[in-house]
Amino acid sequence: MSTATAPRSAPAPASTPRVSPWTWLTVFSRLLAIQGSWNYETLIGNGVGFCLEPLLRSLPGGVHGPAFKAAMTRESAYFNAHPYLASVAVGALARAELSGVPPERIERFRTALCGPLGSVGDQLVWAGWLPFSSLVALTAFGLGARPVAVILTFLLLYNAGHLALRVWGLHVGWTRGLGVASALGNPVLRRGPAHVARAAAAAAGIAIPLTAARVLNGGAIPLALVLAGGALTAVMLVRLHGRVEGWKLALVLIALFALISVAR
Amino acid sequence: MRELLPISLLGGVLGLDVVCFPQMMVSRPLVAATLAGAFVGDATTGVLLGATLELIALATLPFGASRYPEWGSSAVVGGAIAAALHTDRAGALTVGVLAALATAWISGWTLVKLRQWNAWLARRKRPALDAGSRGAVIGLQLAGLTADLIRAALLTAVAYGLIFPVANAIVGVWSFGDQLSRAVVVTIASAVAASAAWTIFHSARYARWYFASGLAIGLLLLFAR
Repeated sequence: MSTATAPRSAPAPASTPRVSPWTWLTVFSRLLAIQGSWNYETLIGNGVGFCLEPLLRSLPGGVHGPAFKAAMTRESAYFNAHPYLASVAVGALARAELSGVPPERIERFRTALCGPLGSVGDQLVWAGWLPFSSLVALTAFGLGARPVAVILTFLLLYNAGHLALRVWGLHVGWTRGLGVASALGNPVLRRGPAHVARAAAAAAGIAIPLTAARVLNGGAIPLALVLAGGALTAVMLVRLHGRVEGWKLALVLIALFALISVAR
Repeated sequence: MRELLPISLLGGVLGLDVVCFPQMMVSRPLVAATLAGAFVGDATTGVLLGATLELIALATLPFGASRYPEWGSSAVVGGAIAAALHTDRAGALTVGVLAALATAWISGWTLVKLRQWNAWLARRKRPALDAGSRGAVIGLQLAGLTADLIRAALLTAVAYGLIFPVANAIVGVWSFGDQLSRAVVVTIASAVAASAAWTIFHSARYARWYFASGLAIGLLLLFAR
């Protein structure tokens, strides 16, 4: 769970600006490309501006007005968040901009949002939902599912969570505005990562031997040797405490094996 | 090599999915290698390679600015090579996984270069961005998306074009049996997956017991078959 501090609560603006369904659809589709210009200096800052742009068009004076230009400058500056939870920021910042919240308050709020939206999203999605979905699909593979069924299992499961998170984020950001901090205390965000981690640990236990068995396609003794060898190597890797990256070790060992096979 | 163009386009689209658009994880090895195998006419080989690679990919989490392999285009390269070589030939799966991992190494580097290029472009457009230009913001985003698509497609084309003939030659002189070859690869992949599972989940309360229970269920299912 994240140790980052959530921004302090503030009351939501009284009146809700009107936004057409088409604009929401445009914003949502842009959210899928929020990392399009990801870079080491402004991170997803430009992406946030890109997503907010259709909403900011309704500011007084339109796209050529000073309010729009000032808002675009503010919203395209440095920003860091998990790409899925950035929808919370986009919704809340849009609400603040369209409600006429003072710029310096928006900037403080924007800065405060970065930490929590990054760490919570990383734990919930990258270290939770993604490996869990992979392991469930690998279990389906290990149980003999056909290729189409395996990839559909993964894509439907993963994206049910992914898209729901983006939609929820945009909705909660927009409806609560600067008061969105309370939404970050949602039980799914606070306790979800631990629950997903336990489910994924169980899924890992099921999926690894089943997947190994199907790829090996051999008898019980070769499989027992593979699982025992795998367990021993895994213990060694864990004891190295991250000093060796697993995928790089795999590359080196498989390359050596190929070299021996060709040279002997 | 007739498949080079469709494979490159597939690699481009799936490489784009990793970071830029739409991050629906069609770029995961399990999906990407299966699709690549299907493009070459053998989805079953694709899913075999994809599952093996997915075990290894569990160890890499795409946290923000960290450097990680770009699995989309590399899994396409590996899946297409294994499918084109046919897994009934000893060593085909091993060589396919090796091709994917080697491409993944390079692809991670190309992602870093792309991010540096995006930063350079953003610096050049700084005056327009500071003036609140919507054209600059949208242009920067579209340039990044296009560059990533081209990066992944080119990487796939070059990797497939260079590695496939070498892979074909290696499988031609492969001396180990099919069973041993698969056993070595799957042992390594299982080890990486198990250590990744421990690293990611061990801090969650009771996670080790959940893992042990899952393992018991998995072994029981194997025994029951």
